Amino acid sequence: MSDEAALRSIVVERVMPHPPEKIWRALTEARLIEQWLMKNDFVPRLGARFTFAAKPMGDWDGVVHCEVTEFDPPTRLAYAWRGGSRTNRAYGAVLDSVVQWTLTPEPGGTRVRMEHSGFGAQNRAAFEAMSGGWPRVVERLEQASRGTTGP
Amino acid sequence: MESATEAVFRSLADPTRRALFERLAREGELTVHALTEGSGVSQPAISKHLGVLKLAGLVRDRPAGRETHYRAEPQGLAPLIDWMGLYAAFWRERFDRLEALLNRMDP
Repeated sequence: MSDEAALRSIVVERVMPHPPEKIWRALTEARLIEQWLMKNDFVPRLGARFTFAAKPMGDWDGVVHCEVTEFDPPTRLAYAWRGGSRTNRAYGAVLDSVVQWTLTPEPGGTRVRMEHSGFGAQNRAAFEAMSGGWPRVVERLEQASRGTTGP
Repeated sequence: MESATEAVFRSLADPTRRALFERLAREGELTVHALTEGSGVSQPAISKHLGVLKLAGLVRDRPAGRETHYRAEPQGLAPLIDWMGLYAAFWRERFDRLEALLNRMDP
């Protein structure tokens, strides 16, 4: 992944001592998803629309509108993640993004990779500016994104 | 009202404003006059762009006599960093919860 792409997406990756099929269930059964992520009405089918119920903020009702864009058990899952309001700053700001899960078997477990992309994709130029110029700013951004890549 | 994040994005999406901000970040405080020279853009246009950057919190102005001096405010980029940092923290915490759930589940 290029530096620029890294700045526009959040990646968390961990090896978990469980088989892919079991992790897949936790990612795709509504009742299980609720236990670790959020209340939802997930439908395990390509093209299905569903929602997550997040904490409301300002003008935003907290509903994240999703659509399954990849469904390939037990290795790949992706959904569009849209929500927020123009009147919010950090939490609850407008976001039109994609969450993508990749499960890769490894000896003794499964590598779980989550990439949440689309931060500022609508304004690519701003990120190009940031990776182009000023060491101090870029350094701060790198610090912010380094915290996102997991252990 | 536009969010701070969008204001930052929008002001830096314009190449002229981006160049102005980069130059101020690189060279420190400069007058509108100095910023106009050699830019190929008229002084009123430069002033207008600086106004947009100021509204987004990316530059600060200091009037001195007949000249206005501008300097970059790199912390103006904070809403952007906070925004992603917030989601990063969210996902790391959710990964912890996913692992805890997997440990509770039957094989």
